[in-house]
Amino acid sequence: MDKFTAFESHVVPLPAENVDTDQIIPARFLKVTDKNGLGDALFFDWRYLEDGSPNPKFVLNEPASQGAKILIAGDNFGCGSSREHAPWALTGWGLRAILSTSFADIFKNNALKNGLLPIELEPAVHAKLMRDVQADRAAKVKVDLADQSVTLPDGSKVTFQVDPFAKRCLLEGVDQLGYLLGFDEQIKAFEARHDAL
Amino acid sequence: MSQPKTLFEKVWEQHVVAQEEGCPAVLYIDLHLIHEVTSPQAFTGLRQRGLRVRRPDRTVATMDHSTPTDPKRLEVVDDQAKAQLAQLVKNCEEFGITCYPLGNPKNGIVHVVGPERGLTQPGKTIVCGDSHTSTHGAFGALAFGIGTSEVEHVLATQCLLQHKPKTMEVRVEGRLGKCVTAKDIILALCAKIGTGGATGYVIEYTGQAIRDLDIEGRMTVCNMSIEAGARAGMIAPDEKTFEYLQGREFAPKGEAWDRAVERWKELRTDEGATYDRTVVIDASKLEPMITYGTNPGMGIGISETIPSADIYEEEALRAAHEKALGYMGLEGGKPIAGHKVDVVFIGSCTNSRLPDLRAAASIFAGRKVAEGVRVLVVPGSHDVKKAAEAEGLDRIFVEAGAEWREPGCSMCIAMNGDNLEPGQYAVSTSNRNFEGRQGKGGRTFLASPLMAAAAAVTGKVTDVRTLL
Ligand code: SF4
Repeated sequence: MDKFTAFESHVVPLPAENVDTDQIIPARFLKVTDKNGLGDALFFDWRYLEDGSPNPKFVLNEPASQGAKILIAGDNFGCGSSREHAPWALTGWGLRAILSTSFADIFKNNALKNGLLPIELEPAVHAKLMRDVQADRAAKVKVDLADQSVTLPDGSKVTFQVDPFAKRCLLEGVDQLGYLLGFDEQIKAFEARHDAL
Repeated sequence: MSQPKTLFEKVWEQHVVAQEEGCPAVLYIDLHLIHEVTSPQAFTGLRQRGLRVRRPDRTVATMDHSTPTDPKRLEVVDDQAKAQLAQLVKNCEEFGITCYPLGNPKNGIVHVVGPERGLTQPGKTIVCGDSHTSTHGAFGALAFGIGTSEVEHVLATQCLLQHKPKTMEVRVEGRLGKCVTAKDIILALCAKIGTGGATGYVIEYTGQAIRDLDIEGRMTVCNMSIEAGARAGMIAPDEKTFEYLQGREFAPKGEAWDRAVERWKELRTDEGATYDRTVVIDASKLEPMITYGTNPGMGIGISETIPSADIYEEEALRAAHEKALGYMGLEGGKPIAGHKVDVVFIGSCTNSRLPDLRAAASIFAGRKVAEGVRVLVVPGSHDVKKAAEAEGLDRIFVEAGAEWREPGCSMCIAMNGDNLEPGQYAVSTSNRNFEGRQGKGGRTFLASPLMAAAAAVTGKVTDVRTLL
């Protein structure tokens, strides 16, 4: 996995609450055996019209959204199913951070394992940022995981919380399975006791 | 005396292999259930690293999400789904995992199969790449859904990295009224605390109304814990739990059974133990529930009117409410009873077990499906199907004009070709009413099997109590 470095980007505003994983990637796109190429299915039913053409009213299709690495959405982002296809679709489209006021648990876990940073902002900060990036689609936000900060378009800085373990993995570009595999001896000892029950 | 502990804490502590400073716990997993949709990339990961499955004996696979359920047309929906199903068989063969493929008599929806085979047991840690793994908590197991990276972690190490969640007690006091069921309890909880209300918590359900439920009803409640944001829901095991499990294929036998029951009896929250949060629901005040919106928290009692956006002060919430009503084609302030219905779906890991089908059949008996309504009854597993047929439930459904299907997830997720057409309204016993969940443009009212059957025979959203 690539190391997660600080970056700056314009922002896609999606002012919807409870964006569930069925919206992020509808179930009919889950029949794949691979993780790649799911960016095309991201928000499919919002993104495309009945006849298959892009919905010009959906924010992801606006020219101003192209190339963005950050999405800002409403509360409880990623609720619903455990499909890791959701972060695969988001990163497949090019996103590296999602800003919201809260995230569903499983989504948050999945995102952090795929180089996608879920950032929880205070409701007031979130509401202002949503307004600001809607008003100026070129406005830039900087995300710095190392010092756990987001620099807003007006230059002010806010900090965010992140699980220290996930942070270390992201910054060093190591995956969590490597860490787990290091516990082989303890797992063996645990199994010797536990299997006997 | 040792410190009083909750049920969750007991099961958690029995499974912590290691815990380093500033890191999540290494939690041992007793049972790993897998299915076709969320496992292929995990096996690919294992191969890329040259790893084996650490405990194939603790891993069981079934296929359910994209399997066909039409007995007249048992064809997999498309080549991609076919390849995914074939991949699961291949992965299980290569890594020595027991698999119940399509056509196997033990096949069914993963959360129906685990309990009915006796794999699900009190005190176990159980995971699956599926958010409704919370179902298995009905037995006093700690069971939760995981993503595909974590599926790979468990395949490779039989462990997961987990931060200890907080605990929430949901105490359901009193007794349920007539035609008010487990489904109504959980829909009422979702409506009360919202879809994110229990995020970060493990719920323990307690109280008279929970104790009164049969095991299948407890599974219905725990199943939808995730719909309130909780990754897991648990219920302390009791005599009903032991009775359900005794004699099942993978339940302990003989002396081992007696020892297991002794251990399982310890699995309850100690007097004096505390939860981080408690929510109380008065069961006697509940009525049959139905959802009107596009998340499971948007539910009301059947006699209530559809809330309008004015209930919210905040602009974002009003907009979200308007958007949901717009998608559903509903108007705030109007009653929901009487709204027309095109399709009725009775099935899913929430409500596809024998007592669910019996409840539905009790309404269909001697009645006909209303003109123009399509009704699918999809048993959760082949075991359920056989048992239902032995009682003649299938004949009741078919005589009423419903379709009696083969087991699978079917229209709960609409991956297998069973889906709503754009604009159609369904009353569904499944667990999610998200936009497009049951087919692009489809509109879902979630309800109990009794309420679904009532809608089927009247052609509209109906208070089942009026049919008695
Ligand atoms: S029945 Fe529905 S919720 Fe349950 S496992 Fe299948 S798709 Fe998921």
